[in-house]
Amino acid sequence: MPPSLRRTAGLLLRQFYLLRGSPARFVPLFAWVAIDVVLWGFITRYLNSVSGARFNFVPTMLGAVLLWDFMARVMQGITTAFLEDVWSRNFLNLFASPLSVSEYLGGLVLSSIATSSVGLVVMVALATLVFGLSFFVYGAMLAAFLLVLFLFGISLGIFGSALVLRFGPAAEWFIWPIPAFISPLACVFYPLSVLPHWMQWIARIIPPSYVFEGMRQTLARQTGAPASGHALATHLIAGSVLALVYLLVMARAFTAVYRHAVRTGLIARYSAETVS
Amino acid sequence: MPNRTAPILSVSRLCKQYGAVHAVDDLSFGVCPGEILGLLGPNGAGKTTTINMVLGVLEPTSGSIAIDGCDLARRRRQALGRTNFAAVYAPLPGNLTVAQNLRVFGMLYAVPHLNERIEAVLQEFDLLRFRNMKCGVLSSGEQTRVALAKAMLNQPRLLLLDEPTASLDPSIARDIRATIRDLAQRTGVGVLWTSHNMIEVAEVCHRVLFLSKGKILLEGDPRTLPQEHNHPTLEDLFVAVAREPLTIRAAEEEN
Repeated sequence: MPPSLRRTAGLLLRQFYLLRGSPARFVPLFAWVAIDVVLWGFITRYLNSVSGARFNFVPTMLGAVLLWDFMARVMQGITTAFLEDVWSRNFLNLFASPLSVSEYLGGLVLSSIATSSVGLVVMVALATLVFGLSFFVYGAMLAAFLLVLFLFGISLGIFGSALVLRFGPAAEWFIWPIPAFISPLACVFYPLSVLPHWMQWIARIIPPSYVFEGMRQTLARQTGAPASGHALATHLIAGSVLALVYLLVMARAFTAVYRHAVRTGLIARYSAETVS
Repeated sequence: MPNRTAPILSVSRLCKQYGAVHAVDDLSFGVCPGEILGLLGPNGAGKTTTINMVLGVLEPTSGSIAIDGCDLARRRRQALGRTNFAAVYAPLPGNLTVAQNLRVFGMLYAVPHLNERIEAVLQEFDLLRFRNMKCGVLSSGEQTRVALAKAMLNQPRLLLLDEPTASLDPSIARDIRATIRDLAQRTGVGVLWTSHNMIEVAEVCHRVLFLSKGKILLEGDPRTLPQEHNHPTLEDLFVAVAREPLTIRAAEEEN
């Protein structure tokens, strides 16, 4: 295995050891998403019962919850792996080794893939077996939706990690509300058109808004409603390009924050500040 | 005796400035293979700043650092691959076992034949019985041995030890000193050692540098340096450096 891959794999292995040895770390990977799916599963059942046969809320709302939770889990996969280093005062040990910033970020991404996959499997299993959500209704688009949300979740995770690296461990509390802060603009449960005009402009620079618009269009096509395949493709391309741009910008931002931390000595002092 | 031909660490005109404060000011020195160089000085003298710059976690304002011929600024990965460190303020993650930590850091340093190396350092630092214990539950002495085991995992050419025996009882500290001296002699690793324990420094180091306000104030053999400056012991010399650096600097310049 090339040395660079070994270093990245080393970070993944560290995360595996932590998860294996600690139910407090492993259980939350699926417990919260399971609760979300159960809660929204019953809400959609209730909405289906009161709306009659006119509209099926399961794929629209439960599917949206599932996709949104997936994105939040990807983000948290990155930030949690990063915070493990903050909590264990490990930056000096890590960055005094030959590990590069890109390898470090690569390790965080791999850790996030592993942890968010666990949550995704549990969510899909629960939604399918208990609430009858069929993922075939999204067709091949599901893979594209997940990819855009994955890329954006990674970007948010890197952004959150950069915040903590720049402003210190106390900035951890800025990270957790990020998905909630974005969700009104991501149009998870409603079309973009219901937002006020100025909010629509903001929503258009947030990749998940294209995913959820695309999801609703895919479902509309399933029910025979008029929906353009061209518009759907445009949504996905715009969402993917934006998500990639966010990823590149956030990776560069993290690198810039790291360089600032090396210039000012923050990396070396981080251990002591964490203690205080 | 250390081989004085080709230094493993070459520090040249190193400076670190924070605004108007010169934490390290035009520092130049080298560490030869097998040599244990003591970096001494009162708090705030620039010892840890120097070590952090050599470790690549603090960018110098100017100057250069070469490790085993690799310029740290240009070939960071190669330079740090030949270095390792242990410091009392940088414990290994306490939520991993000794063996897990060694495996993870072995992978970060891309250590070849990692399983064999882990067994070797576990044996070398008498850690075999602790291999499956979490580092967080070990005593200070045991944690120091784990940190040293991690520091020797990649068979470094340069070892940086920042107060490695702080918080250890005298018996364990003596064992650690003996181990490091033996390693330096046997493997040719160059060691940069900081400590506030002058008896320890006199016992372990081949040469010492006294820093004051980021500059080298004195340099020499710790066993003869006190007498050369009219002080009975190294500790007395240390106190003089801490309290009257200007007097000592003037005397040095006169000589």
